[in-house]
Amino acid sequence: MAISASGKTKTSETELLRQFYKDMLLIRHFEEKAMAGFRAGKVGGYVHLYIGQEATGIGWLSQLRSDDMVIGAYRIHGLALQLGMDPKVAMAELFGRSTGCSQGKGGSMHLYDPKIGFYGGWGIVGGHTPLAVGLAFGAKYKQTDQIVLCFLGDGSVNAGVFAESMNMASLWDLPIIFIIENNQFAMGTRLEYHAADPELHKRAAGFAIPHERLDGMDVMQVRQDAERIIAYVREKQKPYLIEVMNYRFAGHGAADNTQSLYRSDEEVEEWKKRDPVTLLSKHLIGEGLAKQKDLDKWDAEALAIAEEAYAFADASPAPEEDEVYTHVYTDMMPEEGH
Amino acid sequence: MAVMTYRDALRTALIEEIERDENVFIMGEDIGRYQGTFRVTAGLFEQFKQARVYDTPISEPGVTGIAIGAAMMGLRPVVEMMTMSFSILAMDQIINHAAKIHYMTGGQISVPIVIRGPGGAGKQLSAQHSQSLEGIYAHTPGLKVVCPSNPRDAKGMLKTAIRDDNPVIFTESPGLYAMKGEVPDDEEFFVPFGEAQVVREGTDISLIAWSRMVHECDKVAETLSQDGVSAEVVDVRSLLPLDTETIFQSVRKTHRALVVYEGWRSGGFGAEIASRIGENCFDDLDAPVARCAGLNVPMPYAANLEQVAIPKQTDILAAAREVLG
Repeated sequence: MAISASGKTKTSETELLRQFYKDMLLIRHFEEKAMAGFRAGKVGGYVHLYIGQEATGIGWLSQLRSDDMVIGAYRIHGLALQLGMDPKVAMAELFGRSTGCSQGKGGSMHLYDPKIGFYGGWGIVGGHTPLAVGLAFGAKYKQTDQIVLCFLGDGSVNAGVFAESMNMASLWDLPIIFIIENNQFAMGTRLEYHAADPELHKRAAGFAIPHERLDGMDVMQVRQDAERIIAYVREKQKPYLIEVMNYRFAGHGAADNTQSLYRSDEEVEEWKKRDPVTLLSKHLIGEGLAKQKDLDKWDAEALAIAEEAYAFADASPAPEEDEVYTHVYTDMMPEEGH
Repeated sequence: MAVMTYRDALRTALIEEIERDENVFIMGEDIGRYQGTFRVTAGLFEQFKQARVYDTPISEPGVTGIAIGAAMMGLRPVVEMMTMSFSILAMDQIINHAAKIHYMTGGQISVPIVIRGPGGAGKQLSAQHSQSLEGIYAHTPGLKVVCPSNPRDAKGMLKTAIRDDNPVIFTESPGLYAMKGEVPDDEEFFVPFGEAQVVREGTDISLIAWSRMVHECDKVAETLSQDGVSAEVVDVRSLLPLDTETIFQSVRKTHRALVVYEGWRSGGFGAEIASRIGENCFDDLDAPVARCAGLNVPMPYAANLEQVAIPKQTDILAAAREVLG
């Protein structure tokens, strides 16, 4: 599998950008295989793809320390992979197999692995934002110097609990960065139809939290921004809020075949000019950091990893039926029977 | 053994656990500087400071979610709901999040959190502050739900709750805070979950109840004894897990059962208990299992109407006599 780029390794800038490219392709191919699995009826439920938003996750996560914590909503395959989750284990979870990270009990929206600092994976819009503040509370309480990255969508900002979360994060000086991935749509509702002020970062102003609107498509810019802001939060031990402008090229979920109801082909094409993969490939070629044959090779390698993950998931066993009762509690079983 | 109030028993448990385990802390609205609405946390802010006692904004979903997030990191938060009615705001965090995290993560993450506070009527607090919601929580897999009826259990069960690795809903009753009783001094005294207790032995009818209703049933049993009827009173104590064996044993002995609960009659947890008795003890029963519960109305404010809405001794007595035939 690919080793994801992280800020803690002392790789040269060239190596880092090459690694970003590989990571980006892996996420993209993984998502395409997830979509294929959905179409083949092997992946059930809701599947939310990260295609188009890869630079945001990769850039921000590249600046974390290995013990920092990341939490997201339900569009989280890319975050899990970037933190180092084995693509096979992630894909197996999408397939509902016992080899998945949550043993098939979570699914696409509920990937977790606290060992790599990944805390999900949540399906109630905005509902994970106080959990994120709780993780930051825990870091401060235990004086671990960890920080928390809380990814949320533009739709989440209208959940009341997000306002409560920002207030307490600031009130108690907690080391958390809220990263609103403004991909322009709360499911099928455009920004201008759901937000009274479309500059979502301003929501932080009422809570005395510094806030900025930043780009989320150019991974090199994202990385620079992340470096600056993560350093600030770790040093000051205070929250920060970022609105990252990006765009999902995929539908809301894998089953979303009604995109014409909320956006035009022209708009998608316009955003595709700033496709994170295209931007980075142009930079790598333009600056002489890689040749086209390198890019092709990395693309093939990423595809192979995604295909291997798919095959692994497909060959993995479903959970044993009596597993339905396990993990309801840590120390007892629920009563059995219908 | 010390004699103390239910309120002081709860506070003693909190103090012992905060002192024992650095991961235990408490949070809630007005629990610190203001000393707590029902004074359960009186003096704790002065004793432990903000390091362990957090006054929170009036933000039940946010506070509960933060506590859950902290619990996911291994801390052991105890969240006070000023009244359990306010926990309705936090139900998304409790039911959609806390109750499901261990399961959804395939056992990778647990949530050792206690959510405690008063639930129930009898103080003219009217419709939005008087609800008995334990049945809703006991309907939810992944939660544990307990309702201690006396100071001894209040201390022993709160300590068990704090040391439990699962989310626990700990329902107190505003009508019990001033109740006095003997409480063991032992810092390792626990009342385990899932063990009902026969608090009065009898042979003719089983009165099955929890929280404040246990005491109403006990008084009814006293009245019945004057008629020569021997009533047994079972304190359920823990709704989830539920000790059906103790309940069934009692019913198999007395052959008659009346389930008494303060919450709404329809769909309340007493209906679950009645159903289980019917399923498991049908051949032992000499009369249909009956319920005496709160009326299916929002809690009225007027003192007389409130008394009409909640089960009183006269209601329980009448229901018991019906079962006795």
